[in-house]
Amino acid sequence: MKISREDVLRVAELAHLELSAEEIETYRGQLDEILTYVDKLKELDVSKVEPMAQVLFSSTGEDTENSHQELREDALHPCDVAPAVLSQAPDAAKPFFRVPKVIDR
Amino acid sequence: MNAPTPWTVATVREGLVAKKISARELADEFYGRIEGQNPTLNAFLTLSKERAYTQADKMDALIARGEPLPPLGGVPIAVKDVISTRDVRTTCGSKILETYVPPYDATAVERLERAGAVVLGKTNCDEFAMGSSNENSAYGPVRNPAAPDRVPGGSSGGSAAAVAAGLAVAALGTDTGGSIRQPGSFCGIPGLMPTYGRVSRYGLVAFASSLDKIGPFTTNIPDAAAVLALIAGYDPNDSTSANVPVDDYLEAIERPAGGLRIGVPEDYFGEGLDSEVKERVQAAISVLEKLGCKRIPLQMPHTDYAIAAYYIIATAEASSNLARYDGVRYGVRVPGSTLIEMYRKTRERGFGSEVKRRIMLGTYALSSGYYDAYYLRAQKVRALIAQDFEAAFQKADVILTPTAPTPAFCLGEKVEDPLQMYLADIYTVTGSLAGVPGISVPCGKTKAGLPVGLQIFGSHFRESVVLRVARAFEKNVTS
Repeated sequence: MKISREDVLRVAELAHLELSAEEIETYRGQLDEILTYVDKLKELDVSKVEPMAQVLFSSTGEDTENSHQELREDALHPCDVAPAVLSQAPDAAKPFFRVPKVIDR
Repeated sequence: MNAPTPWTVATVREGLVAKKISARELADEFYGRIEGQNPTLNAFLTLSKERAYTQADKMDALIARGEPLPPLGGVPIAVKDVISTRDVRTTCGSKILETYVPPYDATAVERLERAGAVVLGKTNCDEFAMGSSNENSAYGPVRNPAAPDRVPGGSSGGSAAAVAAGLAVAALGTDTGGSIRQPGSFCGIPGLMPTYGRVSRYGLVAFASSLDKIGPFTTNIPDAAAVLALIAGYDPNDSTSANVPVDDYLEAIERPAGGLRIGVPEDYFGEGLDSEVKERVQAAISVLEKLGCKRIPLQMPHTDYAIAAYYIIATAEASSNLARYDGVRYGVRVPGSTLIEMYRKTRERGFGSEVKRRIMLGTYALSSGYYDAYYLRAQKVRALIAQDFEAAFQKADVILTPTAPTPAFCLGEKVEDPLQMYLADIYTVTGSLAGVPGISVPCGKTKAGLPVGLQIFGSHFRESVVLRVARAFEKNVTS
């Protein structure tokens, strides 16, 4: 068994998920099965392989034929979207988002 | 189910220019079809009639004034519901965004609309594009127009079903691990995943940022080329969009395919491949050989590790991207007495089971003590898979494989077994990890009448070659 009930609870807490008792058991079994499958990655010797984090830029940061990095000018652009954005908030107290009290005092 | 007269970009244009039909009448016709078929197919989640008719009237006014019609003038399209549309609800197939109305358009949508396209509405999909069957939508599954007891594939199942059933001329989908190509294969239409960075993702709701791409579903290759030509290209609003010139795809696809080297990796034809699918794909390869393509046997030895690497990387990125759904700024909020309790209740109520499963898996893979064993190792294996592709493209211009190991499976067949569902992505996730372009083109049907797809990969930014081979094949089997 790769993953215990305690592991599931710890991960759920990290991910801010509140799971039912039934979900905890289901996920434990399914994650265990998936992680057991994923273990096949251990068959490969990757000691000399550089990790690939993304596709567009070379891992060394050099400008190569395969790098298509495009950095834009660091210039200010007017951005007047606050009213539109706040209109989608479940609880807005313009110009703020309102949330339950965080600081106890 | 009988598909009605297939409209294409070309026939819409002819019809409008010859004034045989107006753009408004065409929109009427498509909404009529949707009304008739959507109760069964469940392909559309939201219709954007006001927006569609405003645009159609604009196109009709251009024609009335004798002004030139833009390239997609009056063409009815659908947009997957993970792509933002201004003032049109965008749910991502999730309860957590049930009421979300974006204040802006995705660049891809904006470009298509600027080219005259009429956006009919938003299509159903697996929640946050996580799934291979469209059964993970909070708004119910989509049915396959070719066989209503079967899945349309996923995650862009609604877009694929809409185009296959004649409810839209083209549709935008997104592909992270196969979500355009596999539903294209299951529904019997072309589905194109462009190179990573080829199409702006501004306005695409993020699932796995190193893998997500936007691409089209159409009923033929010239239409795929026409849509790609409009959505491809650098966008300053997306720092991961590539500043690489866009080829003239419409010109490129009509060049003969003879002389091109078609690579066939034996690793994609082994255990687990349905015998009828294998037969159809082999026959398709023979067609291309008869057209003068040179068959090159290939080995891509890391293919078997792609699912494991993909499901660690994609879920790790998803766990990070989906942290933003906390009930504070948009979407649904479930009240709690503390901030943390509010987060937890909102996410518990708002997310479906597959999304939670992937967030859990990704959080675990990134967590202290497991990062090296899972996430870092998966990234290294990703590099090996990308090297397989690089080596293959030294020898071949394109790589040909089946799109999926089986034809469309039955609704409910794999829902209880997430690992089995993941394993069905074996042939598509490889190209996703490498960031190369790929298309699925229909290559016949099984004896039971289920569509089969041929997958064509090209090297980075060589969509023109991928489409050219697809077009050569399409012309040869339809003429």
